[in-house]
Amino acid sequence: MARADTYLQIRGHLAALTDEELEARFWELAQQVVDPLVELARTHTSPSIERSVLMRMGIDSPTCMAVAGECEKRGLLGHGAGQVVLHCSTTWGCPAPEAARRLAAGEGWDVALAKWGGTA
Amino acid sequence: MSDTPARPTGGAMPPLDPNEKLDIAKLLEDLADYRPRRKGWHWREQVPDQKLHKFVYKETSKGLRNSIPLPAAHYFGDIDPQPDCVITTEIASGRFEDDLRRMRMAAWHGADHMMVIRTAGQSHMDGLLEGTPEGVGGIAVTRKQVRATRKALDLIEDEVGRPINFHSYVSGVAGPEMAVMFAEEGVNGAHQDPQYNVLYRNINMYRSFVDAAVAKHVMASVRMAQIDGAHNANATAVEAWNVMPELLVQHAINSAYSVAVGMPKEDICLSTVPPDAAPAPCMRMDLPYALALRDLFGEYKMRAQENTRYMESDGRDATVSHVMNLVISRLTSADIQSTITPDEGRNVPWHYNNVAAVNTAKQSLVGMDGLREMVKLDREAPELNQKVREIKERAVLFFEAMLREGGYFASVEEAYFVDSGLYPETHDDGIARKSDGGVAAGTIVPRAADYLAPVCHHFGLNHLPEGYGDAAGEAVAAAADVAHKPCDLIGGCTLCDAEKVPFIDELDPEDNVNARLALTAELRAKGLIRPEVQWAADGWVVVTMFLPAAPRVAEFAALELGKAMNLQACEVINKQVMHPAEGTLIELKGRLDAVVDPATLTIPPEPVVMSDAEIKAFVAEKKLKCVAATVGEDEHSVGMREIIDIKHGGLEKWGFACEYLGTSVPVEKVLDAALEHAAQIVLISTIITHGDMHRNNMQKLADLAVEKGVRDKLLLISGGTQVTDELARSWGMDAGFGRGAKGIGVASFVVTTMRERGM
Repeated sequence: MARADTYLQIRGHLAALTDEELEARFWELAQQVVDPLVELARTHTSPSIERSVLMRMGIDSPTCMAVAGECEKRGLLGHGAGQVVLHCSTTWGCPAPEAARRLAAGEGWDVALAKWGGTA
Repeated sequence: MSDTPARPTGGAMPPLDPNEKLDIAKLLEDLADYRPRRKGWHWREQVPDQKLHKFVYKETSKGLRNSIPLPAAHYFGDIDPQPDCVITTEIASGRFEDDLRRMRMAAWHGADHMMVIRTAGQSHMDGLLEGTPEGVGGIAVTRKQVRATRKALDLIEDEVGRPINFHSYVSGVAGPEMAVMFAEEGVNGAHQDPQYNVLYRNINMYRSFVDAAVAKHVMASVRMAQIDGAHNANATAVEAWNVMPELLVQHAINSAYSVAVGMPKEDICLSTVPPDAAPAPCMRMDLPYALALRDLFGEYKMRAQENTRYMESDGRDATVSHVMNLVISRLTSADIQSTITPDEGRNVPWHYNNVAAVNTAKQSLVGMDGLREMVKLDREAPELNQKVREIKERAVLFFEAMLREGGYFASVEEAYFVDSGLYPETHDDGIARKSDGGVAAGTIVPRAADYLAPVCHHFGLNHLPEGYGDAAGEAVAAAADVAHKPCDLIGGCTLCDAEKVPFIDELDPEDNVNARLALTAELRAKGLIRPEVQWAADGWVVVTMFLPAAPRVAEFAALELGKAMNLQACEVINKQVMHPAEGTLIELKGRLDAVVDPATLTIPPEPVVMSDAEIKAFVAEKKLKCVAATVGEDEHSVGMREIIDIKHGGLEKWGFACEYLGTSVPVEKVLDAALEHAAQIVLISTIITHGDMHRNNMQKLADLAVEKGVRDKLLLISGGTQVTDELARSWGMDAGFGRGAKGIGVASFVVTTMRERGM
């Protein structure tokens, strides 16, 4: 809805603030806006975040895409795609990129499902 | 720069030779083994009170080993002072292999921040691209493209002698992956601002903020500089000057969010644009905003961008706007001075316009060096003081309303942003997004009670085993308690061990750099020359013409004339009315399907320039005299003065006795004076030529000398802006000197010729 400029009517509570106080208020409000956003990020993950974890484990991008996609499909993303690969690589005694390649090819998901359940 | 240990740089090449082209094919070899040799942003090294030539500079940095100075530098000892701030150039032709050559050119003119724009649509791709497909309006940013670019920039920075920052975008749906790839590959800076995703790319807002936290945290791990996206509000809003309060809010949201997820304030750069342009009284409108911003964000860095919102197709107009933007940078502050090519309003920018924009910044910043010591903004001036305060108050009111609305997400749903009203005024034309809508809606997932990411520099809840964690992470309260890095769980991650970074070459057998290079391989092998503006051998040229016709007629006439010039695919890229009936200036772009083989060219040798001592000795021995005049009906004397006056480095410098007869002198008088003074040299200037006056005067002088039997005792030399040596000789002169001629060239010619002829 369009609104006329009400600046002069609604600025009353700011008029008495010094410049420093006004600037402090600006940053205090910014922090209040940002805090819940940070909390959301701290407690959530996403397919891209999980692929970025797999990348840091030395896995190439098409394999990251496949593994994270399979995790998402099976409801495992919230445990961390990196953890799924780590668990399989420990179980199979192979490096993480090798475990990821096998998972990307659709092999070995029973190992993950045995630990976390989920859909096969 | 971060303390990254020295890494192997397999695939390294020998240093560049300034006289050799960058060998792109060679550059692409062994990329799999190439690793970045440093990470993190580089600020220029400041040199207080730097002495260069006869001047002291207050705001300059360390100079370059190889560079191309401003055009007038030859009057000032060929110095090329480098301003204090980093200078950006934005490059993205769609073919990165051609951009690398442009980066080298820009670096030689003073750019040390290469910003690569991504191809259209890449921000909506949920994942990474690989290989080197051709981009549209930008580059397909991939690991191979990034690695090849970093490798080229490593060579170029060694050539110019200053580290070069490489920059691209960590926005879009795949932000965390982009951030990891950039961190691995030594990209030094990136745009990252989740608000940009939400507002301009319609990417789901939850996804954007959740992804951004991880991306920013990874960027911080290698001290990548971050640039935010607030300036886009300015470029998008209907009345750009009204979005100032909102711009402060957007900058604050991204800055506070970045700090909260672990990014140091000194790595956070605010992308700020003076919102207005003339004919608005733009500087009076933009200065209060610039000050309000710098008051509030004193701990952050300023990336001063140039205005694009009001950019038309006239390069001169854009350049003047940019210079006014630069005045604001100098009167306030800028840590990074970005440049927009002055042709962006009409093309995907071209090579030489990147260079032009870099030079606009360099020239303006150096020209205004130290100005702040003499010219200060009057912070007490009522209008300035009141406006600065008002913008800040309006921004605070904006934040208060956002919180009343229920926070950031609720405010975006209510279209708070990019409204063209001056908040709290609204025009109801802001951008509204739904929290459950947009690209990648519904893709965030709560982290489970056992969530684990066994890698370093991961933001957020991470249930690492006891004793594991990284200092910047939140898994542990105190870094001292940490015995193991998170990636010890997997024997090292790519951020700790570069050898673990995988490399994919190409996925598409047809759409790749090798296929594109093959198209121009023959030209390169044979060294053939074809014009280009952005891609090797693209053939584009621009013709500027004045047509005595009304604009619409002129436009279509120009297209016909383009055909007559054998230009293909002609297009008028700029027209400016000189007068509705008298005529129109046209800039016409067309493709020239012609090549030149330099082996077939007859190129006369460059004139030999002698040493001062050698010339002086000869002049003294022969007691050389010259008479000089501007001939015909011509009142110009500047050019001749440049050639003879001692203060301009003219002939008098070496002891020539010069008799200057003045302007509009008949050639008979010139010859009489030469005989009277027993001069050996006659100099005539015909700067402005009407009809064939210049030719007639030269021929007449030569003929008269023959008639009087003195031709072989005299050197007849003509000069002028339109004169060429070839033409002058064909009209009976011994030599002709055109635009850019100097006394030293004339003196060297005289000595050489007199020796040859035994005079």
